[in-house]
Amino acid sequence: MSVKDCISKICPSATFEEGDILLVNVPAENWRKLAEELKHNPELNFDVLTAVVGMDWKESLGVVYYFTATSHKWEMLSVKVAVADRENPYIHTVSDLWKVANFQEREVYDFFGIKFIGHPDMRRFFLRNDWKGFPLRKDYDANPALNPIPTDDEKNEDDTISYVEQPDGTIKGIPGKVFKEGDYVVNVGPQHPSTHGVMRFRAAIDGEEVKKVDVVSGYIHRGIEKLCESLGYPQILHFTDRMDYMSAHQNRHCLCMCIEKAMGLVIPERAVVIRTIMDELMRISSHLLSFGCTAMDLGATTAFFYGFREREMILDIFEKTCGARMSMNYNVIGGVIADLHPDFVKDVKALLAIMPERLKEYHKVYSGNIIAKNRMVGVGHLSKEDAINYCITGPSGRGSNWSNDCRKKHPYAAYDRVEFDEVLLDGCDSYARYMVRMKEIEQSCRIIEQLIDRIPEGDIRAQVPKIVKLPAGHWYTQVEASRGTFGVYIESDGGKTPFRVHFQSPCFNLVGVMDLCCRGNMIADLITIGAALDFVIPDIDR
Amino acid sequence: MFDFGIVTNWINDLLVGCMPVWAATLIECVIIGVLILLAYTVLALFYILYERKLCAWFQCRLGPMRVGPWGLLQVFADMFKILIKELISLKGTDKFLFKLAPYIIITSSVVMLACLPWGRGLQIIDYNIGIFFILAVSSVGVLGILLAGWSSNNKYTLIGAMRSGAQMISYELSLGLALMSIVVLAGTMNINELVAQQERCWFIFQGWLPAVVAFVIYVIAATAETNRGPFDLPEAEHELTAGYHTEYSGIHFGFFYLAEYLNLFIVSGIASLMFLGGWMPFHIAGLDCFNMVMNWIPGPIWFLAKAFFISYVIIWFKWTFPRVRIDQMLALEWKYMMPFALVNLIVMAVFVAFGWTF
Repeated sequence: MSVKDCISKICPSATFEEGDILLVNVPAENWRKLAEELKHNPELNFDVLTAVVGMDWKESLGVVYYFTATSHKWEMLSVKVAVADRENPYIHTVSDLWKVANFQEREVYDFFGIKFIGHPDMRRFFLRNDWKGFPLRKDYDANPALNPIPTDDEKNEDDTISYVEQPDGTIKGIPGKVFKEGDYVVNVGPQHPSTHGVMRFRAAIDGEEVKKVDVVSGYIHRGIEKLCESLGYPQILHFTDRMDYMSAHQNRHCLCMCIEKAMGLVIPERAVVIRTIMDELMRISSHLLSFGCTAMDLGATTAFFYGFREREMILDIFEKTCGARMSMNYNVIGGVIADLHPDFVKDVKALLAIMPERLKEYHKVYSGNIIAKNRMVGVGHLSKEDAINYCITGPSGRGSNWSNDCRKKHPYAAYDRVEFDEVLLDGCDSYARYMVRMKEIEQSCRIIEQLIDRIPEGDIRAQVPKIVKLPAGHWYTQVEASRGTFGVYIESDGGKTPFRVHFQSPCFNLVGVMDLCCRGNMIADLITIGAALDFVIPDIDR
Repeated sequence: MFDFGIVTNWINDLLVGCMPVWAATLIECVIIGVLILLAYTVLALFYILYERKLCAWFQCRLGPMRVGPWGLLQVFADMFKILIKELISLKGTDKFLFKLAPYIIITSSVVMLACLPWGRGLQIIDYNIGIFFILAVSSVGVLGILLAGWSSNNKYTLIGAMRSGAQMISYELSLGLALMSIVVLAGTMNINELVAQQERCWFIFQGWLPAVVAFVIYVIAATAETNRGPFDLPEAEHELTAGYHTEYSGIHFGFFYLAEYLNLFIVSGIASLMFLGGWMPFHIAGLDCFNMVMNWIPGPIWFLAKAFFISYVIIWFKWTFPRVRIDQMLALEWKYMMPFALVNLIVMAVFVAFGWTF
């Protein structure tokens, strides 16, 4: 039985739209029943909630969910749930079925004001609790007088609320507290040496043991998704370099692919190969930074410099070809912006030649150290089930033995014609996550080695009209960024600017398991776990 | 070797000859006070540069290079900067204890510095229980750290102070036991006598196996005592921003900073006195010519060279190893090092009793 038939049987009122991914329209009252079936029915078994996209279609508010079935060849499905009530929009939560929805639904609430029935902690995620209005709604009033810059100290917001459906159908808000009375709460961040950016954790501790971690985010949120709605497609590209700046090429690659898919553009072969090589160079540079920062956070300052020494070579390569060391702005719609620098092949080969030796050095100075092992082995346990439930993709998920590499599951660019292994380790701890990264550097080198001598001649970009317009519709594209699966959702109404853009960033999910991983560990482990999960804050605060 | 006592006695005689005894004593005290503070500052400045240069070389860097030749004047620039910085006072702190804490720490390390002999007769405090006195004074330093952490009224500093208390009290045991092994070997606690007994052969060679074990235990415990990596948990910058001295600024922070470097010198100095002969040159019995050449090198140079060598090893630890976790650190002390040090003390006693030493 096909997915379509199966869903029709469960929910006869559902309608379907064909597209790049099958879309199911479900009335809000039937959504909860369908969600349970999607998760538990063996015929459907969509065990990964890939993306949650809040939407404002003007006449209605709603959510588009993207699911992936790991047991059915990574088949994807999207579900659209809409409610017409703009004052008090309610949708049933799925945060108990897919744990990743906990933070995702809070983000949707924050920006669209949709309240999720049964969600345990319905607070805002990025904005302050006293913020007026919901910024991503189309009728949002951005008048600064409504939300003046506060001049008083921010109070710690311990109040939360949970909406429960009463037997008679009415919905009641039940207030709650984030921390218990008498909890000793230590603030880690937003300015802290080891949060890798402006991130804040509030940790309830007992002596040295962490009892609970509350993530307070949004200190550098730039409202990229809102900004995109007022800019043309070529103009929104540069935002992607500024989200996860360590996956700048991959993120931009993803957005370009999504726009190209919508336009039906065919990319010249040379551009495809160049993009692939750049993605892998970016991945190596990202993992080197991760190695350095993990070592640094654990107090091994010298290893940090070793990682940066090699990363410097990659940045030099980028600088020569792209003109920048960070925020490269290299991919454009239809290809890449500039041809490779004449030294490119020579420089890349020099890097590939030294990497194996340098990796050995890293293992000697850090990975093999008894203190480093004691600090990381068994710390921050994340089982495979939890990794899937929390949608922890990328090296962190693969450290829990979950095969989730987008390059293998949905091959794109030149990945279907190169040989490489998906690195999987079953340690489920910080050490496994760390080691996956180190081994992925080897695999990335392998990919580049296969491509570097086979860069085809030809154009570096396709012919693209001066004004890019997408037909009405919606598209979702994924790539494997340095930290996990990065997704882009674009909805267009046929105009020059997108109707809605959503970036599904891997780090947003990573920070969602901080509480789960840190509980029962020590304060020092909180830092280790954060370092080994390797989240980048601008990727969370888009 | 040259006896520095000749010089001090000459000054003493000169002063007593022209003024009453109390005035002479007063002047001597002032001179000594000035000298020790001067030595303290110069050593601290040297150590800051020493560590910055060493860590730079470990990390494929050059270190400070701009101020003066090879950055030699950088530390003076840093010192003046820290002297002119504002002392920020905070709301909610215990003002008196907050200001007292850095002075307790600096006093304890100055007193320890005064106990170290730099050469024959070149020593300020000479007790017959010298080593015991040093251990006692070093314990006062932890009080300053606890006070600093508590009076700052900050959660990070409090956790840092708690860790520091647990760490220093624990590691003092192994430190003391390791030194006791040498006291058993020497039969005295007087530092001058300890050094004098090493004229023939350093203690680390005299007591061979148990002395080497005691030396290793001492170096590890000393690293922990000085709160240096991999045992820098009280100020673990990646967890607690700066631990117990997070809230300090200006010269009050400078005191913590100086004391940390001076403590590094002091523990290295004690190691050099107890295991490597202090200011005593390297002698090999029977080779008289060689011994005479060694004797030409002045005592203070021997002492400093040995101390700097041990400091080098401790700095090397810091820039190589990751930081241990609090439970692992306590487990290392109570489960491994302390029992080991106790057994070692007994072994040393047996060696001494049966005369199995060199």
